[in-house]
Amino acid sequence: MVKKILYRGAEAEICLSKFMGKTVVQKLRIKKTYRIREIDALLIASRTKEEAKLIAESRTHGVSVPILYDVDLVHGIITMEYLAGKRVKDILNSLEETERKRICQKIGESIARLHNHDIVHGDITTSNMILLDNRIYFIDFGLGCKNGEMEAKGVDLHVLMEAFESTHSKYSHCFTYVFEGYKKQFHGDASSVMKKIDDIVRRGRYR
Amino acid sequence: MICLGIEGTAHSIGVGLIKDVNKTCRVLINLIKTYKPEKGGIHPREAANHHAAYIADLIRDSIQKAKVDFNDIDLIAFSQGPGLGPCLRTAATAARALSLTLEKPLIGVNHCVAHLEIGRGTVKGCLDPVLLYVSGANTQVIAFAEGKYRVFGETLDVGIGNCLDKFGRAVGLEFPCGPKIEELAKNSTHYLSLPYSIKGMDIAFSGLLTAAENYAQKGKRLEDICYSMQETTFAMLTEVTERAMAHTEKQEVLLGGGVASNKRLQKMVQIMATDRGAKFFVPSRDLCVDNGAMIAWLGFLTYQSGQRMSIDESIINQRFRTDMMEVHWRG
Repeated sequence: MVKKILYRGAEAEICLSKFMGKTVVQKLRIKKTYRIREIDALLIASRTKEEAKLIAESRTHGVSVPILYDVDLVHGIITMEYLAGKRVKDILNSLEETERKRICQKIGESIARLHNHDIVHGDITTSNMILLDNRIYFIDFGLGCKNGEMEAKGVDLHVLMEAFESTHSKYSHCFTYVFEGYKKQFHGDASSVMKKIDDIVRRGRYR
Repeated sequence: MICLGIEGTAHSIGVGLIKDVNKTCRVLINLIKTYKPEKGGIHPREAANHHAAYIADLIRDSIQKAKVDFNDIDLIAFSQGPGLGPCLRTAATAARALSLTLEKPLIGVNHCVAHLEIGRGTVKGCLDPVLLYVSGANTQVIAFAEGKYRVFGETLDVGIGNCLDKFGRAVGLEFPCGPKIEELAKNSTHYLSLPYSIKGMDIAFSGLLTAAENYAQKGKRLEDICYSMQETTFAMLTEVTERAMAHTEKQEVLLGGGVASNKRLQKMVQIMATDRGAKFFVPSRDLCVDNGAMIAWLGFLTYQSGQRMSIDESIINQRFRTDMMEVHWRG
């Protein structure tokens, strides 16, 4: 099988590959030789499983995510749909303001759908969103978990807020559009999530 | 320029003398006295009394052993924070007295940043590292970004050294417990599973500590518990360090702090670095632990970059965060 590495992170490699005749993406968690086999195997299996579960569950709640084809816990491989779209990070700055606003609101709506079911993504940045066929796909649930606490949801949104400030600093006001969308879809009290975000900002190290 | 540095953030009081040679740090002398509590952890006031009892002798000894004269000293630096209030005040008072007596400038520096800068100053090839700073109280992953030293990941509860000490105390080991745990761990390869707690780039040890203590109570072999604790906590530390390296795209990793002397931790971080094609550095042991030379070196860098400090401004700060220090000596 010919593999093309699309991205190499600290924990995993993202490869373009073939699966049953289809072009697919494989996320392969790399064995770490610095840690003992017992810990390594446990971490790779549990994280692969958790990520696959979160991706599958997100889909059932109406959030666009890649389709899962296979999960291999022994080797730590998730085989999923290849999304030939564009990273939101790369296109957001060059959009028309009205379009940017629309996209940001959609992002907020999707995050609310995740949070309604206590799915915390853990790394919501515009690099982890792909725009394809007018849908925003969420990828990389590697740091995600199930957590019903307000704090976790606040932290989740705060990560995106920081991403807007660093990567889209000219358009950091767009986070308010995200929150508009969030408010529309969120079943709980959105203002208390916002209050949490303010708390997090104030207790942050760099403030 | 010759700078005298006084370190006194926790259980150690240290006096170091450094001289700058072609932008690198030459350590002329580095003396340390460490307070050992009779039982339990550090008692801040007792530690401060200990420091007060030894500081004058340490200063005199360091001048003599370095074969310099008091008049040769150009600058007095001290650890302004973070740390235990009484200890910080003792070191600061000594520094102020010395500064006023010798009529030499005084400068207070951040202890955590000093751990990083001493690596850059003394280890050849270490230019822009991610620092894994592991000591009793502190566990942080620090790197230079956007004009300051930023904390990319840190412990959410206790420091790694403190975690090891607390476990050691519970099973009757003598302080400092880290080296004893390292020795015991060598006699085991039997892994007992322990909680592995990473949140993004932050880590937590308290759950693991409780689980380890429970194993001890249940009568599991001490060697096995020590081995498992080291393997788990060090894997967590190495993982967050790697994440920070990937995030900041830095190609160097530096160890600092007392726990950096642990050979197993060194090896794990080294393997991680090699696998990433990055460079691995660790300063000599006396420069890893809390010491005066690192304070002196950072004092020199700070002063050299144009910063000055009046006596009024030299008030200590127990919560002196790593990113509060202005870094004018790096572009």
